[in-house]
Amino acid sequence: MYRNPTLFLIVAILAFSVGSVVSTAVPFFLKSTVPPLAGGAIQPYTPLQLEGRDLYIREGCNNCHTQTVRPLYSEVLRYGPYSRAAEFEYDRPHLWGSRRTGPDLARIGGKYPDGWHTRHLVDPQAIVPGSTMPPFPWLANRPLDAAHTAKKMAVLHLPVQANEMAALNGKTELDALVAYLQVLGTAIAQPAVTAPANLTNPYTGNAAILSEGESLFMENCAGCHGIEMKGDAGTGITGAQLIDKNNGDEADIVTTAWEGLEGAMPSFGPQLGADRLWKIANYITSR
Amino acid sequence: MNARSAADIRVMRAYAIWTVIWGVVGMAVGVVIAGQLFDPALNFANTPLGPYLTYGHLRPLHTNALIYGFGAGSFFCMQFYMVRRLCRVNLLSAGLARFQLWLWNLTVVLAALSLLLGMNTSKEYHELEWPIDLLIVVIWVCFTINVVGTIYRRREREMYASLWYMIGALVGVAILFLGNGAAVPVTLFKSYSAYAGVNDANVQWWWGHNAVAFFFTFTPTAMVYYLLPKVTRAPIYSHRLSMFGFWGLMFFYLWTGAHHLILTPVPEWLQTVAIAFSMILIAPSWATVFNTYMTMTGRWEQMRDHYLVKFLVVGVTFYGLQTVQGPLQAPRLFSQLIHYTDYVPGHVHMGTMGFYAMIIFAALYYTVPRLWKTELFSEPLANLHFWLALVGQLIYNITMWIAGIQQGAMLKEIGADGSLAYTFVETVTRIVPYWKMRAGGGLLFFIGALLFAYNIFMTIARSQREIAAEEAYA
Repeated sequence: MYRNPTLFLIVAILAFSVGSVVSTAVPFFLKSTVPPLAGGAIQPYTPLQLEGRDLYIREGCNNCHTQTVRPLYSEVLRYGPYSRAAEFEYDRPHLWGSRRTGPDLARIGGKYPDGWHTRHLVDPQAIVPGSTMPPFPWLANRPLDAAHTAKKMAVLHLPVQANEMAALNGKTELDALVAYLQVLGTAIAQPAVTAPANLTNPYTGNAAILSEGESLFMENCAGCHGIEMKGDAGTGITGAQLIDKNNGDEADIVTTAWEGLEGAMPSFGPQLGADRLWKIANYITSR
Repeated sequence: MNARSAADIRVMRAYAIWTVIWGVVGMAVGVVIAGQLFDPALNFANTPLGPYLTYGHLRPLHTNALIYGFGAGSFFCMQFYMVRRLCRVNLLSAGLARFQLWLWNLTVVLAALSLLLGMNTSKEYHELEWPIDLLIVVIWVCFTINVVGTIYRRREREMYASLWYMIGALVGVAILFLGNGAAVPVTLFKSYSAYAGVNDANVQWWWGHNAVAFFFTFTPTAMVYYLLPKVTRAPIYSHRLSMFGFWGLMFFYLWTGAHHLILTPVPEWLQTVAIAFSMILIAPSWATVFNTYMTMTGRWEQMRDHYLVKFLVVGVTFYGLQTVQGPLQAPRLFSQLIHYTDYVPGHVHMGTMGFYAMIIFAALYYTVPRLWKTELFSEPLANLHFWLALVGQLIYNITMWIAGIQQGAMLKEIGADGSLAYTFVETVTRIVPYWKMRAGGGLLFFIGALLFAYNIFMTIARSQREIAAEEAYA
């Protein structure tokens, strides 16, 4: 064999092929590779979402963000339900990534309001102090190039509604990217987060915790509600505004922050827990 | 020297020069992106060049320049060099090799421009869009015809171990590249993968992990089997061990791609198979390591006396460490902690900086003086390069392993009240100091590479001076 290159080539290709076929070709033909999605339905991408996805690829977001939640306790707590095979049916290519320099985005859809994303993408540090993400200011200024959208949808065999193509007019690249981010992971319903009942404020009149509450507020809340709490991507939460919303006391604030508001505010309970939320709530009412 | 072998030597010289150039470029980009990670201002996002220089554009540029520029260039140079020596004939066609040279350089330039412009498939180490993929296929076909064609015309009955590894690299990279590259074009600059979701990810890591074997390992291993006996003047310890190593890699590697997808939606049986075969891979990988160490038996003093032995033996040592650390990362228990953290870039860079680059440096230090018929410009400088590369690489690896384990543990930590102990950004700010140290390590490695480039070009300049002196004398 070591004197006959032809024989050597044949044996080498055979040795190469066994593992290749079993590990990459066979899974295509097994139904168990992609089990049907229990408790949800996957929708094909709309033209706007697909263009957003292509911008996600253009900007190389997948170099720092993964799109698979693993079935680990801490990960499900941080991101949401673990990823299922059927959720990626329309993903050509997949964008699972290999490194979380930033957080996983598999369940980012619906977690924050659109306004959070539009501000965050243009100036990440304004919303997340200490973040090392680069800003993407040009996305907001560039009109979306829809010249090839119809062809892209056809290549991927995605259904197109007439009004969806018209809706691309006047959209910016930022609009498309946000539309894509907002649909990620929404095929599976997020389990509702419920705050504990009978909350009692452990820090009533305790001024010692206010500075810690302040720094927690600045890290986690100020990005949307503003440093002065007068509102930004989120609503204003000054004293009078809170009373308007029936959120007058600390327990109300903790409950809202714990559970979040669908499409407007993430549920912070699993992230921050009772103690930190109480400190934040006491800081808010102290102002 | 006849005209044909003179033509062969001219084309190999050109490959050597371009390898050094693309190596310096790729490593410079590596230092820049190491800085971007801790200082977002280095993305220059708010300047007119912002859309082209963010980390998401430069990171693929870094990997592609060092794979398709530096690595491929050295492989072209060294495979041509080795195949001529081991078969004792000239290349099948120096003209084809020269055509391939310019097509390859054109492709590297187009690749860099397209990545800066954001044209990419998103698939790791396969980011280039389909027209550039096609150019790479043409290059690889030219390369394969030339090397295999030369083997068929050899004047040496037996094919030496280096030739097996070279054939393995040619065949393996070709199949992997075509299999993973399958895509449907939309425009000249945009295509979509032929596969979707889980299968796309699985095929991608079949490519991704086996590129580590057939690209990053096979040709450097061929170089080790060629250079070690040349430099130490000792025969390879065991022919049989090299056979075991070759066929082991050739068979077992292909099963392991899914260890990049542990605890993802990829079928569990595939993950388990990949983990098991990853463990098995330690044996054939260590065949090369054992062979190197046993060849050195009774000659270890050469590690002190000969700079090339240092590069080679230390390179193989990191290959040995790499091929133990890699399999240990595969089992779910460890993977769940370190997957997606800096531990993995730390691991990858032990292989690329410690093994791949070390062997390529050694190969060019060995070959360039022979191609230009002179002596190396400066051995002390090469020794300094060795220490800068070694220390820089170790700083890189160790800081990233610590950062990875620390961040992995912080992300998992649950507080007394059942909530997560740290927000994501808190885990990032805590590893920023390690990112700064890593950039320092990378910078040392890069300074070493600059010394390497200087040494190589001064060697070439010395040869020109010698030729001029000879002509003046004649």
